[in-house]
Amino acid sequence: MAKNIQFIPGSDACIEGALYAGCDFFAGYPITPSSEVAEGLAAALPKRGGKFIQMEDEIASMACIIGAALAGKKVMTATSGPGFSLKQEGIGYACMAEVPCVIANIQRGGPSTGNPTHVAQGDTMQARWGSHGDHSIIAMTASNLQDVFKITVEAFNLAEKYRTPVVLMFDEATQHLREKVVIPEPGEIKVVDRIRTNIPVGEQYYPYLTDENGQRPMSDFGAGHRFHVTGLHHNIMGFPDVSPENVNALIHHLVDKIESKANEIAMYKEYYMDDAEYVIVAYGTTTRSALQAAEDYRNQFGIKVGVLELQVVWPFADEIVREKCAGAKAVIVAEMNMGQIVREVKRVVAEPEKVYFSNRVDNQIIKPADIKAAIRMITGKGV
Amino acid sequence: MSDTQFDVKKYIRAQFFPHMWCPGCGHGIVMSALLRAIDDLGLKNDDVSVVSGIGCSSRISGYLDFNTAHTMHGRALPTATGVKLANPNLKVIVPFGDGDSTAIGGNHFIHACRRNIDITAIVMNNRIYGMTGGQYSPMSGCGVKASTAPYGVPDRAFDLVELAKGAGATFVARTTVYHAKEAQSTIKKAIEHKGFSVVEILSMCPTQFGRKNKAGEAPQMMEWYKEATVPMGSKKLEENPDLIQRGVFVDEDVPEYCEVYQTNVIDKVMKKG
Repeated sequence: MAKNIQFIPGSDACIEGALYAGCDFFAGYPITPSSEVAEGLAAALPKRGGKFIQMEDEIASMACIIGAALAGKKVMTATSGPGFSLKQEGIGYACMAEVPCVIANIQRGGPSTGNPTHVAQGDTMQARWGSHGDHSIIAMTASNLQDVFKITVEAFNLAEKYRTPVVLMFDEATQHLREKVVIPEPGEIKVVDRIRTNIPVGEQYYPYLTDENGQRPMSDFGAGHRFHVTGLHHNIMGFPDVSPENVNALIHHLVDKIESKANEIAMYKEYYMDDAEYVIVAYGTTTRSALQAAEDYRNQFGIKVGVLELQVVWPFADEIVREKCAGAKAVIVAEMNMGQIVREVKRVVAEPEKVYFSNRVDNQIIKPADIKAAIRMITGKGV
Repeated sequence: MSDTQFDVKKYIRAQFFPHMWCPGCGHGIVMSALLRAIDDLGLKNDDVSVVSGIGCSSRISGYLDFNTAHTMHGRALPTATGVKLANPNLKVIVPFGDGDSTAIGGNHFIHACRRNIDITAIVMNNRIYGMTGGQYSPMSGCGVKASTAPYGVPDRAFDLVELAKGAGATFVARTTVYHAKEAQSTIKKAIEHKGFSVVEILSMCPTQFGRKNKAGEAPQMMEWYKEATVPMGSKKLEENPDLIQRGVFVDEDVPEYCEVYQTNVIDKVMKKG
């Protein structure tokens, strides 16, 4: 059978990934540069019996997917910039109530309205800490469109597996870039569905009881288990319980269920890392320029530069980054912001004084030359 | 079903009682009217979803043995919209307060009315933010005393019936907790209505509203609902136009959102192939 090869923009790669993963419900609100995802799913979902709704605002679309997830759907919304800020309330609720959902945040220039049509990575920390209170979250990104497809599928898988919101931190550049994408056949990439309870209807079901496999099997509204969901501190039954022991256990659970699995959740790519003396840590669009910078230095100066691309940004893979950067003469973190992941890298490596930073915040894609300027400064070689 | 057969235990999570509402609060009467209406309709617990927001009234969801969600402040309606659109077989009911529905959730309220999705919104209107300590709401009205309006509220109140009508709700009614039987039958009609239904129920808050406004204890406040309200179009209203009207103001048959999405979108595109 001929492969399904498409030449599509990043928004379509994200849409195709969502459909492959089994997304059957999308609620959204127009915002640049994420609207194409909503438009594409408005057309695609009903063709397979799925549902799309344009809500009255960003907050409503976040709340709406939470409601649909409670009724059993695989859900998604997409947004950008100010819309991502507005969704934080609902993201926190989904963390607290352990509702699987995917939020695509197609990053643009900020703060505030910033620049809706240009690229940035200024929301990296907001993805981690944007909602109030202690919680953990999964955030992912990709640097080419084949990976945008794959990471979108994995976002749904992780959301369902860990009962958590997953943020897709793509950006304006990957969104509007066009590349070849081979759409995998069904089964080529594993699709994960939420674990549903096998407690018979009529018997007591606890929506927040961890089973022997470390999972909290779900039920759907209307499936006969009649459970309760709240954003209040709650017990295994889902009912408000503010006893110190219960709250302590709850908060630890919400954080530990993700942080303790950081190595398992981690997805990353290594380029020229086997013999690398200098490591560039990059994620999203930035990786493309990092790769070019590494190749240029290898080809022109024989300096062994490697690239570590983080595809799962949160939870931060402390051990993996520490290990991959160990022994490097220097680590360069490339980001399109004023320094967000560089703090994490400095935190985890053995010698933080060897971590350098290369950035750009002028709405332009960081160039190979920008990163090479940092390498030149460190090595003393280069033009 | 006659009232003597009504068994409240069928619908409540008894282990979570007593409820947290103050003595004299009207919300228990609303809960009773809602459950009796559900009983009258013969709905199965599994087929009902109750989605509430934040506030005293919104705590109702936890007490009821349905598919229940206690969501975010103001966000009950968009969450309920997701539940309903995802599973149109569920009877989705949103009981919430006046602040929740008309202030922080005001935008969601008017759009739910406009969209005509089959959800029943029950606004338990006590004209005050009870849980947070008696601050004024968009339903308090000019001159009302509140903890954030010690000299009287300077702004005007929404008329919820007019707001819902203007936004396009296809069933709009108002009643009070004094008129408990009427509340029960009105909620029943609202749930039976195919489309977005709004029932405003005036419900007293003696603790926060009553005390600050010298409105008396709960019995006096209930008495006031009797004195100050009249059935819509009654003769009394002609004599005293300041009286608050009760009744069903709108009951229109308009295509419902989930059905429109199914027939005009899903069925159409799937047929095209």
